[in-house]
Amino acid sequence: MIAWLRQHRRALAGAIARLAKASGLASAIVIGVALSLPAGGYALLENLRGLAGRLTLEPRLSVFLRPEAKRAETEALGAALRADARIAAARFVPREEALRELKATEGIAEVVAALERNPLPDAFVVSAKDQGAAALDALAADLRRLPAVVHVQADADWARRLAALAGIARLALAFLAALLGFALIAVTFNTIRLQILTRREEIEVSRLIGATDAFIRRPFYYLGLLQGLAGGGVALAIVATGLALLNGEVRVLAESYGSAFRLAFLGPVDAVAVVLLSGLLGWLGAFLSVSRHLR
Amino acid sequence: MVSFSAVAKRYPGGEEALREVSFSIAAGELAFVTGRSGAGKSTLLKLIPAIERPSAGSVLVNGQNVGALKRTAIPYLRRNLGLVFQDQKLLYDRSVYENVMLPLAFSDHGPREAARRARAALDKVGLLGREKANPIQLSGGEQQRLAIARAVVNRPSLLVADEPTANLDAESAARILEIFVAFNQVGVTVLIATHDQSLVERYGERVLRLADGRLASGATPA
Ligand SMILES: Nc1ncnc2c1ncn2[C@@H]1O[C@H](COP(=O)(O)OP(=O)(O)O)[C@@H](O)[C@H]1O
Ligand SMILES: [Mg+2]
Repeated sequence: MIAWLRQHRRALAGAIARLAKASGLASAIVIGVALSLPAGGYALLENLRGLAGRLTLEPRLSVFLRPEAKRAETEALGAALRADARIAAARFVPREEALRELKATEGIAEVVAALERNPLPDAFVVSAKDQGAAALDALAADLRRLPAVVHVQADADWARRLAALAGIARLALAFLAALLGFALIAVTFNTIRLQILTRREEIEVSRLIGATDAFIRRPFYYLGLLQGLAGGGVALAIVATGLALLNGEVRVLAESYGSAFRLAFLGPVDAVAVVLLSGLLGWLGAFLSVSRHLR
Repeated sequence: MVSFSAVAKRYPGGEEALREVSFSIAAGELAFVTGRSGAGKSTLLKLIPAIERPSAGSVLVNGQNVGALKRTAIPYLRRNLGLVFQDQKLLYDRSVYENVMLPLAFSDHGPREAARRARAALDKVGLLGREKANPIQLSGGEQQRLAIARAVVNRPSLLVADEPTANLDAESAARILEIFVAFNQVGVTVLIATHDQSLVERYGERVLRLADGRLASGATPA
């Protein structure tokens, strides 16, 4: 057991020494640069998702009444809305209040003040219990059929479109990650092949004097693993630097909207996953190379 | 210790390098394998650590049929043998010390014991003090002695050397032979292949003479 540990420690130390050499570091950097693309894209998408999530926390439907709707019709509609089991809350927004809100909005106040009469209709702002896209669509369609209703606007529409776009981006990112993961394997495969070539004599002699296959292969597995782990670390460093640079610009933009929004780094679980996955792929590249090039 | 019975070896696409070779060497013997170039000396030696496998017959080493050994068992056979190769197979990008340490890397000794053994082996061949040198800086005789140090560092009970005095002057050759004799005197079984007849006459207790792959004499101790 002690001997076994010693053998592994020795192989690991040898692999670290080899990684520390210029060629090993260069490979780790190449891997890091390649991986920083999907990792950075993923970080941006997660930020986008966080942003969209905050904006659509409460998907609401605005139900506008016909301008000529009678007070009784309005009250009947209110009662119908409150009676609907799918609706969590329905708030009546009289046209006067809507106009006041509009007047309070910067940049529009003057335009509104110039109006001769209030162009806005009465409305109900409805929040649904089930906030799923399909449920909201169904509810909006039903509300549209009610008497006195002229228009139903789903405020979550744009968020849903954003989510769809993000879905496409996520798919593209997954494809990119798979492609670059494959490149990582290929880079490691080649590094290990060169290592095996430069150490050919040592391998031959070691075999002749009693080294097991496991002993001969072990340092190469470690080298592949370490190179992958180091590459993953480099990728994280690149993403962190890139986000910090972007945040300089984002801050200016966000503050102009009165927001404190910043691009966040990958969460700890995601960051560790990037490094571990990279290490795993490095090990796989080494395994394939050793299987191919060591008899 | 070593026992060949009716051993034949035919290389793929070649003639038979060994035919009907039978002999045995007891523990503690110092034996020579002689014969002209191409007689089959190297082939015979390579059968012992299972570098080559016999085409027919059986090769027993310490009672183990090494010709039928599983691939995964071969490293453990070789660790218990001291092998000196015809071309030495030293690593010229490593120091003398690292060359001797090589077999200790996969034996189960701790670092302190390994260092002790490496120094002891270098001491026995007269290379203590040259640890940091590169093998290229050594003379032919010193390189050969380094190869012997590497072979004995794990304290094998059987030492097998292929042409250890080839390309050496008489004095260096004698010094190499003295080292083998010294190991033999402390109980190590030694088997040396050489085409140098004068060495055999000076040191040969037991001589196996090969001619065209057949054992011409020496099958049993004289
Ligand atoms: N790897 C090999 N492949 C084919 N033929 C070989 C090989 N090794 C040796 N031989 C042949 O086997 C015969 C014996 O060779 P060897 O054992 O090297 O003789 P020695 O060591 O006595 O000079 C020679 O004819 C040689 O050409
Ligand atoms: Mg020979």
